[in-house]
Amino acid sequence: MGKSLYQKVWESHAVRTLPNGQTQLFIDTHLIHEVTSPQAFGMLRDLGLKVRFPERTFATVDHIVPTHSLLEPFEDPQADEMIRQLRKNVRDFGITFFDVTSGLQGIVHIIGPENGITQPGMTIACGDSHTATHGAFGAIAFGVGTTQVRDVLATQTLAMAKQKVRRINVDGSLQPGVYAKDVILHIIKVLGVNGGIGYAYEYGGSVFDNFSMEERMTVCNMSIEGGARCGYVNPDQTTFEYLQGRAYAPKGAAWEQSVQRWQALASDPDAHYDDMVEIRAEEIAPTVTWGINPGQGCAITDRVPNPADYPQAERAGLEEALKHMNLQPGQAIKGVRVNVAFLGSCTNGRLSDFREAAKYLKGHRVAPGVRAIAVPGSQQVARACEEEGIDKIFTEAGFEWRSAGCSMCLAMNPDKLIGDELCASSSNRNFKGRQGSATGRTVLMSPLMVVAAAVTGRVSDAREVFGVGELVDA
Amino acid sequence: MALEPVKQVRGRAVHVPANDIDTDRITPARYLKVVTFDGLGEALFYDERFNADGSEKPHPLNDPRFQGASILLVGANFGCGSSREHSPQAIYRAGFRAIIGESFAEIFFGNSTALGVPCVAAARADLETLVWAVKQEPGLEVTVDIENLEVRYGERSFTIGLPTTAQKALTEGRWDPIADLLEAGDLLEQASARLPRATR
Ligand code: SF4
Repeated sequence: MGKSLYQKVWESHAVRTLPNGQTQLFIDTHLIHEVTSPQAFGMLRDLGLKVRFPERTFATVDHIVPTHSLLEPFEDPQADEMIRQLRKNVRDFGITFFDVTSGLQGIVHIIGPENGITQPGMTIACGDSHTATHGAFGAIAFGVGTTQVRDVLATQTLAMAKQKVRRINVDGSLQPGVYAKDVILHIIKVLGVNGGIGYAYEYGGSVFDNFSMEERMTVCNMSIEGGARCGYVNPDQTTFEYLQGRAYAPKGAAWEQSVQRWQALASDPDAHYDDMVEIRAEEIAPTVTWGINPGQGCAITDRVPNPADYPQAERAGLEEALKHMNLQPGQAIKGVRVNVAFLGSCTNGRLSDFREAAKYLKGHRVAPGVRAIAVPGSQQVARACEEEGIDKIFTEAGFEWRSAGCSMCLAMNPDKLIGDELCASSSNRNFKGRQGSATGRTVLMSPLMVVAAAVTGRVSDAREVFGVGELVDA
Repeated sequence: MALEPVKQVRGRAVHVPANDIDTDRITPARYLKVVTFDGLGEALFYDERFNADGSEKPHPLNDPRFQGASILLVGANFGCGSSREHSPQAIYRAGFRAIIGESFAEIFFGNSTALGVPCVAAARADLETLVWAVKQEPGLEVTVDIENLEVRYGERSFTIGLPTTAQKALTEGRWDPIADLLEAGDLLEQASARLPRATR
């Protein structure tokens, strides 16, 4: 029986077995940001340890950076303290830092891929749960806590237990107006928010074969929302074409050798999987969430659940979600009023996301009373958009065009919901309080659905608002 | 580095209900704007416990009967969401030394174990009986026995689940893995020499 990519990477990175039975796993690439690293450097100093392989760690600042002005000191003294602490840490320990003045700063899961730091077959760790994003390249990438950030800094290894592997095939053709975001929201809805606990997800099938790297990243990004710490797609020609020529990708003879090695790492045709799931692409609709976790989603044409139709044990959870969202049992999700539209985040803050949204937004206006912000995921994404005039399309429509960062995805910077505002958001989490107000409400959706909501002031079906199928045919 | 083995946690318990409690609820993001973990105990479940004006909401952790509890009783998929270690740190700093729940999110579980806080899994029925008993008698002493994988209170007991790796790490005082990892010594240089690295 053959091996999966996960198994091959695991075996080649195992350093030894630890006394408690876990594996000591070597981490090729370590990514850090300002939120989960300062305490790790603190522990390192307390223990009198050095960063063992500083050339394997890359730093950025993303969560706390203001996106309306990069003037320093930042208005928020805590945020200012965090960026200064990070600068000190990278200087003291000799770590590459994509600072705000570098022209390369951005969300950690966007800058890794766009600089070619993320490569197939690597193990990648970051003190951030959306690290699985890098799995789009056939890397085994997972989020870790701050104590583990310390472990990687000090030893370039982690104490890990091997996971099981679930293969998820999505075959067929996606309908017009259905995007990678809908695919992952649908997968989470089907398998549940805790369905992936203990598993690495391997995504495959014709839909993934045809996806661009950016689409693969959107899906892998939200693996953790389904409980899977790690999610990946096997590397192929699409992967290699994306990587070739990027700053940190192998060059010359090393490139050819690397491609050969990467091809051999892909899962064998007869690989063993602990579980298999088949999903038909045609069944996936433009999907939105109606509740307070990413699994509480439905097709845009659907109604929110009526708790009375569910078993007693599930009702309290449903009622809590509807109450927080201020939705009536069984009401249609389409038409719910929107106060804020947010386009950005490590899920959907890349060039293709803004390009696709701009294509339809052009010539439309944001509805009166809606606050709409577009936040590129990195300075490189921002520049690419600006070169194509995408920023103009957004500002002419009434969006604010911001600088790069996490922004309203988790509102650690000044971009926050106020009171119980409802936000149509291209981000990944609709938890209570996630966007900066304890009573704020989040509806997750694809970038195109976000601009449709911005334009109509309501949760809308982008296919109707923009005549999506027609435009594609024309 | 000699660590205290965690073989047993004994104390009073408090129940925070609901499934899928995420880390944004355990520690709202604004409490992540810190460069140390000190003082995070106060952030625990902040938006669930307090209104915007600082007044208290009804919440088990605000209930005087459960003050001083050291064992947290939770539902399924506890700690889902972000990888922030701030959440287990806040739980630890608020005085909790063990968590009993139906299931736990993976990163949260690992973060907690590395702090020496066991997250043990219980069957729903056992958990419900324990929650009921604690509500009847908030002073009830509960024992989480990590060596024998058992919870005991009053006349009752039930078995709990914990992966062997975590059980060993806790009971042998190896829950913080750094000493074991450092022991690999030259194996680390050898691994680095043979494994790929992103470079300009
Ligand atoms: S964009 Fe959101 S999910 Fe992504 S790293 Fe930033 S805060 Fe986390």
